[in-house]
Amino acid sequence: MSTTTTTVPVLEARDLVKRYGHVTAMDGCDFELRDREILAVIGDNGAGKSTLIKALSGAIIPDEGTILLDGEEVNFHGPLDAQRQGIETVYQDLAVAPALTIAENLFLGREVRRGGVAGKWFRMLAKRQMQREARAHMDELKIGIRSMRQAVETLSGGQRQGVAVARSAAFARHVVIMDEPTAALGVKESRMVLDLILRIRDRGLPVILISHNMPHVFEVSDRIHIQRLGRRAALVETKSISMPDAVAIMTGAKSGEIAA
Amino acid sequence: MVETTPTPIDEEVPEAEAGPSVLTRLFGISALGPFIALILVGAFFTLKSDRFLTGTNLSLVMQQTIEVGTLAIGQTLIILTAGIDLSCGAVMALGSIVMTKLAVESGVNPILAIVLGIAACVAFGLLNGGLVTFVKLPAFIVTLGTLNIAFALTHIYSGEATISGLPGAMTWLGDTFQIGGTAVTYGTVVMLGMYAVTWFVLTQAPVGRHVYALGNNPEAVRLAGVHVRRLLIGVYGTAGLIYGIAALLLVARTQVGDPAAGQTDNLDSITAVVLGGTSLFGGRGSVIGTLIGALIVSCIRNGLTLLGVDSIYQVLITGILVIVAVAVDQLTRRRSR
Repeated sequence: MSTTTTTVPVLEARDLVKRYGHVTAMDGCDFELRDREILAVIGDNGAGKSTLIKALSGAIIPDEGTILLDGEEVNFHGPLDAQRQGIETVYQDLAVAPALTIAENLFLGREVRRGGVAGKWFRMLAKRQMQREARAHMDELKIGIRSMRQAVETLSGGQRQGVAVARSAAFARHVVIMDEPTAALGVKESRMVLDLILRIRDRGLPVILISHNMPHVFEVSDRIHIQRLGRRAALVETKSISMPDAVAIMTGAKSGEIAA
Repeated sequence: MVETTPTPIDEEVPEAEAGPSVLTRLFGISALGPFIALILVGAFFTLKSDRFLTGTNLSLVMQQTIEVGTLAIGQTLIILTAGIDLSCGAVMALGSIVMTKLAVESGVNPILAIVLGIAACVAFGLLNGGLVTFVKLPAFIVTLGTLNIAFALTHIYSGEATISGLPGAMTWLGDTFQIGGTAVTYGTVVMLGMYAVTWFVLTQAPVGRHVYALGNNPEAVRLAGVHVRRLLIGVYGTAGLIYGIAALLLVARTQVGDPAAGQTDNLDSITAVVLGGTSLFGGRGSVIGTLIGALIVSCIRNGLTLLGVDSIYQVLITGILVIVAVAVDQLTRRRSR
């Protein structure tokens, strides 16, 4: 990883501050995501983890600090801004519409319309095309589902999360953010989602993984960002730190360092 | 067909992964049951009465379906978003009084009067939508309030008087034309046209998919970047427009402006929606199902009348049917989980 230190990080944040009344959720927080890496973000409850992620995905606007995408400063005014810049987020609460089909969920809000008069004047959906493309995206991530016309509610929890992940991977051009993607899943289904995360990175997209599950973090991540008291307590390569040490930094029992 | 391509399966795939059958594709999964029910009802009355399955009688059934059938289109849109509209009948009555009174007593150009009557309904739709969307009040409470407001305004403005002597521009939709010796009103055609347009938008256009998704999981729709508030206001406003057209159809059929019209139409339209297989929890159902639901109610009423059964039994049977329909819907859904 030392060779990549000279390249510009894909997503970077400097000195982010966010206050809610008297509570300071982020207090000069830094962040760095490199290309083609899985960066785990861990931290105790109240460490400002989700505030950081919300700032990076455009869900909140920080009071101070700068966010840089490919080295250029960006100002997100909402989740849509971040999406337009190619940052996609998968939320833990399975943000899919159960009664809609897989294809419809994949293209929700980004429907493809037919060409010509049918699409322009009558706003007709290009259903076949969307089913075909949905199939391609799902196959690429090796999510085995036979019909794209199947309602999402007929799928298992893992498959549903697969749909949400495929959706993000399909539209993300820069970054995929995953907020506790395995929290609601069983062992076997978590396994499937972890494999998906690895496949997305191998396809060339960096992934930010927020998780409470230390074994999952240590299994798939390349680096770990440890959040504590509203700032980054440590940024370490996963293979250079042990699980107990990471937890110690997280809880403040041990001080961390920012490794390059 | 893309769907038939074999693909690696990482885990057990639940049942029903094959594409929907021709029948379900034609009616939508939720409308198949109601369609069978309609056929059974029709068959029953055909066996019991010679007069049921005649062109004249079926044309009458369609005419009796017009107001509730049209209101139920707007009701379907709102219920699909997990809302409900108790005000639709009262709003329609207000629209009909506004257009007839303006034309007959204030000498307003009939076309302008119609437009203003419909505009009154749209305004109520937007009021409902605005309160649900921005003040975040439950649709049930909002429309319970606007039901009373519209009802009161109708009676205040009309002075409890029925308005007659309407201009031809307001009544021509009640005129008939012949199809194979059967007289069909233009109003029936308008209603069926509105069903066709709504079906098209709901199933073939992006905004239709968003309406379903909104009833399913509003958060998913917001995160998908859809302008949720605009969508919800749009649904209620569109429903208001539909109620306005229902007001015109009502006036055309009855040839008067009646302040007492439509008092049970709100519940009747909900009955039609529910019998048509649309879930009261939102996100599931079809507008074709609603048409079938409205026809079931009309057929039962008409058939029982032909058999000489007291009209209070029609109400009784409709009530039982609604509960059975919702129960069947719930049980089948629970089993499919």
